[in-house]
Amino acid sequence: MSDKDKLLLRLQMAEFSAFETALFLDTHNTDPDALAYFAKCRNKAKELEREYVSKYGPLRIGQDESEKVWSWSKGPWPWEYSAN
Amino acid sequence: MFQYNKKLEYPVKIKQANPALAKLIISQFGGPDGELGAAMRYLSQRYGCPTPQVKGLLTDIGTEELSHLEMVCAIVYQLTRNLKPEELKQGGFDAYYIDHTTGLYPVAASGTPFSAATFQSTGDVLADLHEDLAAEQKARVTYDNILRLADDPDVRDPIKFLRAREIVHFQRFGEGLRLEQEQLDSRNFYAFNPQFDRRQPR
Repeated sequence: MSDKDKLLLRLQMAEFSAFETALFLDTHNTDPDALAYFAKCRNKAKELEREYVSKYGPLRIGQDESEKVWSWSKGPWPWEYSAN
Repeated sequence: MFQYNKKLEYPVKIKQANPALAKLIISQFGGPDGELGAAMRYLSQRYGCPTPQVKGLLTDIGTEELSHLEMVCAIVYQLTRNLKPEELKQGGFDAYYIDHTTGLYPVAASGTPFSAATFQSTGDVLADLHEDLAAEQKARVTYDNILRLADDPDVRDPIKFLRAREIVHFQRFGEGLRLEQEQLDSRNFYAFNPQFDRRQPR
């Protein structure tokens, strides 16, 4: 597993934990433990995303800082074997 | 992966309910040239596309179509607010009401439920992009037809925005087609399917 794939997996884990907690919060919107856990996962995910984007390029439109080239449409796209 | 943005791409704010108009506009949700079919078409076709830029184009336009589907639903939803039974009848919305109340169900104006048979995903980028160009024109025609029958400026404004997007998408798909053709044999673009066949050695 490459460093890129390892970082991506850590990001996927942090984001999934945040999202899973978000579903719980949709029906328990004042649960203090869930709110704290969401914040923790979200902060971790934000930090990992910043690192991933700075090293390997944008995950969403607009995260590309360069004014010389639009790297959004570069491959591989996420469904390709080489991207996983 | 997909993530929801809690806003519309363009505002929809309709003061006056109008079930007769809702019955027509719902075609751009579930009809043969509607936004649901458009989103499913491009988001399905992108896997069979060989070139990164065009994979990106299909992803981005397919995603925008999901936002358009949401706008069309917002229009229909606001046009069917607070209706009385006699208004439903007068507006010709009574048959829809029996099946779906005022819930949003993807149907054509003619009442036919949404069908994936309204689009293709062939795994051949030239066939797919030509379908996409035609689809954008057909959707543009549908919006033109809606604009001929809709008087309310609150409805016309977002419909005009959606119509303009069809034209932009047509332009971008034309460029996508050119990008793909530049990578093929200029004497015979159809000599092989870049996704399936191996290029013949020269």
